[in-house]
Amino acid sequence: MLVPALVGLAFLVLPVVAVLLRTPWAALPHQLARSEVLESLRLSLVSATLATTLCLLLGVPLAWVLARSELRGRGLVRALVTVPLVLPPVVDGVALLLLLGRRGVLGQYLDAWFGISLPFSTAAVVIAEAFVAMPFLVISVEGALRAADRRYDDAAATLGASRWLTFRRVTLPLVAPGVAAGAALSFARALGEFGATITFAGSFPGVTRTMPLSVYLALETDPDAAVVLSVVLLVVSVLVLATLRGRWLSGVPR
Amino acid sequence: MRLHAACTARPRLAQRARATRPARVASAMIGLACALSMAACAGGGSPGPVSSPGAGGPAPAGASPHLSGTVTVFAAASLTGTFTALGHAFEAAHPGTTVRFSFAGSSALAQQILAGAPVDVFAAASPETMALVTGAAPTGREVPVVFARNRLEIAVPAGNPGRVTGLVDLTRPALRVALCAPQVPCGAAAAAVFAAAGLTPAPDTLEQDVKAVLTKVELGEVDAGLVYRTDVIAGGDAVRGIDFPQSSAAVTEDPIVALPDAPNAAAAQAFVDLVRSAQGRAVLAAAGFDVG
Repeated sequence: MLVPALVGLAFLVLPVVAVLLRTPWAALPHQLARSEVLESLRLSLVSATLATTLCLLLGVPLAWVLARSELRGRGLVRALVTVPLVLPPVVDGVALLLLLGRRGVLGQYLDAWFGISLPFSTAAVVIAEAFVAMPFLVISVEGALRAADRRYDDAAATLGASRWLTFRRVTLPLVAPGVAAGAALSFARALGEFGATITFAGSFPGVTRTMPLSVYLALETDPDAAVVLSVVLLVVSVLVLATLRGRWLSGVPR
Repeated sequence: MRLHAACTARPRLAQRARATRPARVASAMIGLACALSMAACAGGGSPGPVSSPGAGGPAPAGASPHLSGTVTVFAAASLTGTFTALGHAFEAAHPGTTVRFSFAGSSALAQQILAGAPVDVFAAASPETMALVTGAAPTGREVPVVFARNRLEIAVPAGNPGRVTGLVDLTRPALRVALCAPQVPCGAAAAAVFAAAGLTPAPDTLEQDVKAVLTKVELGEVDAGLVYRTDVIAGGDAVRGIDFPQSSAAVTEDPIVALPDAPNAAAAQAFVDLVRSAQGRAVLAAAGFDVG
């Protein structure tokens, strides 16, 4: 058991170690001081945070319906929820363009009625990230809801609490670790999102060019800069995730 | 038989008399004759005539030039369609041969060749990339020749919703415009034409490669994009191309070479000859390349 576990860990960690070994550390401060780098780092953090918020607002209710309701065809719904996970991200981006693009199924009305055009905007980045990240949250929260003891909910209901009050004061606190884990996963996925973003939102400095897009573009001309940018993204994601999970999961009974 | 002897002798002839124009013409004519005979041999043993662009005359009697085995061709991604078609033509003309392609960004291909990939033919999207492989001043058979040129065109969606007529429209902030990022070749070319026109573009997105720009035009997400002429043609009915005078400021050149240490040297040279033949030029011209 231990040997395959170690191999598994090495498989996940060694590529990252290789990046660190090949990092031109001396260039790091210089790269970090570049305004484009700071700009895309800020854009990445803001858009990933907004995308995670969107995932929470829409994903938690969806997970609750999947776990608690007696709807027919829940199996099908659950399979549909995972579709964005299965599709290659570039296809996710094309799908979003075909739906929300200027000539998209819905997008043409957004444009004609409200003058809203999503592609090439920061909103498009958030939508692309939320689209690929939400399945992680839904799956994680649904698992937590299924594992939670429903008798607490029943007890609250017999004491006269409404459904919404029960959900807010009993169910949600019980599954908080699952929600936190799902949110952390979604945030990580959103932060690293590349294919759907570049397809649906394009790439323009300060508006839609997030860190992963900057890394890919830097590979074209300056592989060293690409490695440094990757390390920056890596460090920021590890820091954010460690903080999030540490804060949210502390005090949780094990 | 004599034609085929000329085919095999050709590289040396071309090498010796490289500088003189009549020799070059002669060499080109021999190349053309080789292509004709190749097309003529396409049927192998079958008696029926072989139809092929460029093969107008009666088929000269003769065996195939004894080419066999695999020809490995590394070619710039922009050549995918044309070279795939020429590869089929080559295999038909030389039964027993297989043309194996690797299409990718030419600088990535150049790195692979330098790292020792066993390659017979290299076709790059720029002389600079080719120089990475052949050196700045190649001699002998290594001399790459430019076989096609490409230039930028404004691509607009069918119906031209932004009423684009020229390069100046791409400076209008109200218009949705996609360009390549300046870090990639098509973006550098775009920068050159805007500089030549004295204009500052107002792009909404700077894409990673030219196909991404084309996709955004095809889907109607942008009102205009700058792509290569060949991309406009590849876009079919969904895209319209608008020529502009400043495009001459950034003409790309595609060189090809049979590599000196090609594992299958004879077939490598034959493939290069096919690309430069009337048949090859017809295929390239149909795709929008300038072969004149």
